[in-house]
Amino acid sequence: MAIYDIKEAKPAPINNRGIIFWLRKNLFSDIKNSLLSVFCIYFLYLTVPPALDWLFFSATWSGSQEDIVNDGARWIFIIEKFDQFIYGFYPEALHWRPLFVAALTVAFIASVKLLKNIKLKIIIILLYPFVSIVFIHGGLFGLETVETNKWGGLMLTVIVAAVGIIASFPIGILLALGRQSDMPIVKTLCVGFIEFVRGVPLITILFMASVVLPLFFHDGIDFDKLLRALIGITLFQAAYIAEVVRGGLQAIPKGQYEASESLGLSYWQGMILIILPQALKISIPNLVGSFISLFKDTTLVLIIGLFDILAMVTLTNSDSNWLGYEVEGYVFVTFIYWVFCFSMSQYSKSVERRFNTELK
Amino acid sequence: MSTNEFMIRMENVNKWYGDFHVLKDVNLNVKKGEKVVICGPSGSGKSTTIRCLNHLEKFQQGKIFIGETELIEDVKIVRHIRSKVGMVFQHFNLFPHLSVLENLVIAPTWVHKKPRKEAIETAMYYLDRVKISDQANKYPNQLSGGQQQRVAVARCLCFNPEIMLFDEPTSALDPEMVSEVLDVMVELADEGITMICVTHEMGFAKKVADRVIFMDGGQIIEENEPHTFFEQPESDRLKLFLDQILSH
Repeated sequence: MAIYDIKEAKPAPINNRGIIFWLRKNLFSDIKNSLLSVFCIYFLYLTVPPALDWLFFSATWSGSQEDIVNDGARWIFIIEKFDQFIYGFYPEALHWRPLFVAALTVAFIASVKLLKNIKLKIIIILLYPFVSIVFIHGGLFGLETVETNKWGGLMLTVIVAAVGIIASFPIGILLALGRQSDMPIVKTLCVGFIEFVRGVPLITILFMASVVLPLFFHDGIDFDKLLRALIGITLFQAAYIAEVVRGGLQAIPKGQYEASESLGLSYWQGMILIILPQALKISIPNLVGSFISLFKDTTLVLIIGLFDILAMVTLTNSDSNWLGYEVEGYVFVTFIYWVFCFSMSQYSKSVERRFNTELK
Repeated sequence: MSTNEFMIRMENVNKWYGDFHVLKDVNLNVKKGEKVVICGPSGSGKSTTIRCLNHLEKFQQGKIFIGETELIEDVKIVRHIRSKVGMVFQHFNLFPHLSVLENLVIAPTWVHKKPRKEAIETAMYYLDRVKISDQANKYPNQLSGGQQQRVAVARCLCFNPEIMLFDEPTSALDPEMVSEVLDVMVELADEGITMICVTHEMGFAKKVADRVIFMDGGQIIEENEPHTFFEQPESDRLKLFLDQILSH
């Protein structure tokens, strides 16, 4: 038998710190590692300085085509065509309208986040899409109508992506719930829809929406090409959202369903209050992944004759005064896509952190 | 004796999972305020029995009455019965995305349509009763198992049920936390609520139960008041079972 004294807690041993230690530990821990490090550094030396030089140091930022002396990027092309990249063929005098809607969107997000009054929030949420459409499309309150075939550029990309994301989200959730339903007809319809849509490429759906669908309508009720594309994209995206949400639903332990049932909550109460908040939280990374691919896929509307930002770059390159500026155009578009997608991914991280009550 | 005295009546309840006969002619009557402990080896149908009472499990034959209401497959009737029956689970099943307080407020506000303020007051009262009112704003995963299970009990008490069902409430707990949950259950029993408890805590059964029921192979084998049940078991299967759980 023995009895031991209670031990005091001691501080953990201090690690070696400093640059030399870090380098030795991470880059030069053994011969293989050191060779790899040297190779990588050499590769970066070969690629990064010329890239920076082309992008910034030798680039032409202002003036006209005659002022170009260096062989760096000629950003004057972007500056010259900037309005077309952003607004497409939207009449120049009316550019303030989409700009106003962009500002409105910022105000909308801020007010939804900050306002405490739920009724006011709901009014704002219901009003926002209507006001946005009126301002961009016009035709009401004395605003001049701008047909959707004039919409283009980044504005169109954002509209298509935003409508696709916002409209597909509730539909996707309903499809996921339907797929799990006990009701055989609902279940069959949902499974059938999801599996059909996931089995065809987005291009096919866009072609169907733009070419095949009008065949079923009489000439009088042929509706807008953009609207048809939006419906197609929304339904396409909804099928993917449904599968992502289903994954989240399946990860929720059976006990959660049983607890919410045993408390007397109805099916919809249980889903909305208990199951979906948890399932959607698990699904955030995949949902955002799916939204990011949608954002990039919107560029496919090009093939049914809508000019998104990528299509605008291709188009402006055929301007006979500005031939040979493809590289600058595509680098610019790449940058724009990256900014949007990276922001979405960062936003999703912050949302995940906010909802983390598991404290892992 | 009039049947109306019974809070729970199960008449010849039979249940099958596919071809497997899980409950065989289960008959169980529980009076208002009675405390019943059900024990038996695993797979004997004891959990299934009490899960039938709030329709977490369907049964194919027989009848169940909760108070005056017959339990049939009708959304309204099932919800009505569930609003009178509280259930505590082996794995607590608290809602991890809601704070402790919100876990307690959700059923009173959404099912029983109480004003939120009143629901919060009730919730704080019962949290105090189970001695964790200081944890009200924490999330379930920040609490120990014993604390979580006490929250789960309080969550049921908040809607003032007439019947409490306990499905192995201490089986998932670390040994040193079993007693804090049992204490709460004993206190509850003293107040006269109708209770059915599936448990292997024989000390609890001896102390609290009016009647102990032994189930095996989907049927009730033996039932008696606790003293006789433990001291003079009649059936061989119960003798063997008691030997096994009390031998060490």
